[in-house]
Amino acid sequence: MATEPMAASTERVFVTPEGVDLRLNIGDAGQRAAAFLMDAAIIIAVLIGITIATVLMGIGAGAASGIGGVEVMAVIWLLVFFLLRNFYFTAFELSAAAATPGKRMFGLRVASRDGGRLRAESVFARNAMRELEVFLPLSLLVSRAGQGGAESWMWLLGVVWAGIFVFFPLFNKDRLRAGDLVGGTWVVRTPRRKLARDMADDGAERLDQFAFERAQLEAYGAKELHVLETVLRQRDRKTMRAVADRIVTKIGWRRDFDHRDEDFLAAYYAALRGRLEQRLLMGVRRRDKHDV
Amino acid sequence: MTDVSSPHTLRSQRFRREREADWARLEKLMDRVEKGSAAKLTDEEILAIPVLYRSTLSALSVARETSLDQGLVQFLETLSARAYFFVYGSRATLQDRLGRFFTNDWPASVRGLWRETLASGALMLLGVVVGAWLVTVEPDWFYAFVPADLAGGRDPAASTETLRATLDGSEAQDGLSVFAAYLFTHNAQVAILAFALGFSLCIPTALLMVYNGTMIGAFVALFASRGLGVEIGGWMLIHGVTELFAVTLAGAAGLKIGWAVAFPGDRSRLDAAVAAGRTAAVCMGGVVVMLFAAGLLEGFGRQLIVDTGVRYAVAAVTAMVWAAYFYGPRGRAFRGD
Repeated sequence: MATEPMAASTERVFVTPEGVDLRLNIGDAGQRAAAFLMDAAIIIAVLIGITIATVLMGIGAGAASGIGGVEVMAVIWLLVFFLLRNFYFTAFELSAAAATPGKRMFGLRVASRDGGRLRAESVFARNAMRELEVFLPLSLLVSRAGQGGAESWMWLLGVVWAGIFVFFPLFNKDRLRAGDLVGGTWVVRTPRRKLARDMADDGAERLDQFAFERAQLEAYGAKELHVLETVLRQRDRKTMRAVADRIVTKIGWRRDFDHRDEDFLAAYYAALRGRLEQRLLMGVRRRDKHDV
Repeated sequence: MTDVSSPHTLRSQRFRREREADWARLEKLMDRVEKGSAAKLTDEEILAIPVLYRSTLSALSVARETSLDQGLVQFLETLSARAYFFVYGSRATLQDRLGRFFTNDWPASVRGLWRETLASGALMLLGVVVGAWLVTVEPDWFYAFVPADLAGGRDPAASTETLRATLDGSEAQDGLSVFAAYLFTHNAQVAILAFALGFSLCIPTALLMVYNGTMIGAFVALFASRGLGVEIGGWMLIHGVTELFAVTLAGAAGLKIGWAVAFPGDRSRLDAAVAAGRTAAVCMGGVVVMLFAAGLLEGFGRQLIVDTGVRYAVAAVTAMVWAAYFYGPRGRAFRGD
């Protein structure tokens, strides 16, 4: 039985090995870009720090042990630069959080698209592709060293070609980078939600004051029930008044002016949910008020 | 807990009350895990998580079918997802991973790429032949193949003596380790680029392989024309066996992906790319290791070993080591392609 997903356009089918769809939300382009910029800033900051440190230590080491000391510092710098450029992302995404500090900040993580375990080679592949998506376009832009004629046409072609990879995520609905494509991964939002109070708990206590007839409970379906749930959670006085008025009119309820809107709505919610769940037990799902 | 015995209690409310404690327990465990203290969990807790995960997951399925409490369904969805990431997350230690990589995954992926390796090697060889032939016919072609900063004065304008001097290891003795580190990082970057380029249907990778070959060919032809053919061979091969093999493998990995994207066969293009990407990525991890070894050989070995005969011997040993490691017979535990 396929129920229509209720949420935004970022919700995706994500079937676990047990065969249950977890309905994860993918990270949108803005979050992805922000997370990447954050990571890039961290990398650059670390690089600047390392550079200053090695220069200072190089001067010290140079004074102490001659050219050999400077050499060691240069080697350390080269290797750190290499590791940062190529393995910063891979190392963090292989950790239990499956996210770089930037992704964590924006509540994102990498997951395997097929629902299985996230594998080391997938993470490596998705990040090796960054060479094509980030560093090649960057070096192309930088290398624009005043050549004319055919060279500049080649350069323009190169930039356009590289641009395809830079903006790749904008051209598919799952916001996949070329790296995600090859790695079989995608970036999803890390879910976090507390167990909210069951609104039927409130309503059940008040049901004794309200005796709804069956016909009055047949007025709405699941969709309206969910709207009512949201209204009850938000507890906005004006909205509750408006909703109560509409329900009163629709079901022809004879209003007793001692009753607060909230009590009425909570009781009606509990009663309606009871009725709809009863029908569910018999295998009838009533989607909304138009569904008979 | 509210009054359980109320006559109006719904089935979904009872369902929730019966299981709430389990969910709360799983949630608490997940809070701890996500704060990064997975190592502090007791054995009992670690064993409990998959059980709690599965029961939460089945509660989710039931709730979707029988409960209309949206807050509950959404909570179960997120809790299941969090636990899923823990249960199916990667928790192998770095040591296990590296061990498996070197004993199994890497050689297996290299074996799996044998067709692409041959193709990539052939492309480079083609480049070598073309480069050498053109430079032999017309030495000025040299400048077209080899960028000036890479040639470093070793071009057709140099005298035979200067050329000979560049081979004997007397240059740049001082900055050896910097040189090695630079070579390694530079070559690894080129290899990773070759891999990444493969994604656009093989062509850039193929061009890069041919171009790389022409550079080598041009160099060899230049030195051979001055009667230094044997010497340049030793100079190049002492690290070149490792380095060129690594570059060939990087090209092979790129070709594998490009081929899968261009001709996915009976799989979907996406699935084919993913499958190819995994094999190729493992291979690439190894390529970086090989280039590190090549960098050491080039930075230290070549400068310290100046006898051409010994250089050839080292080259032969490295060739045999790599061949045995990748293509030699394996034990039964080995999972090949």
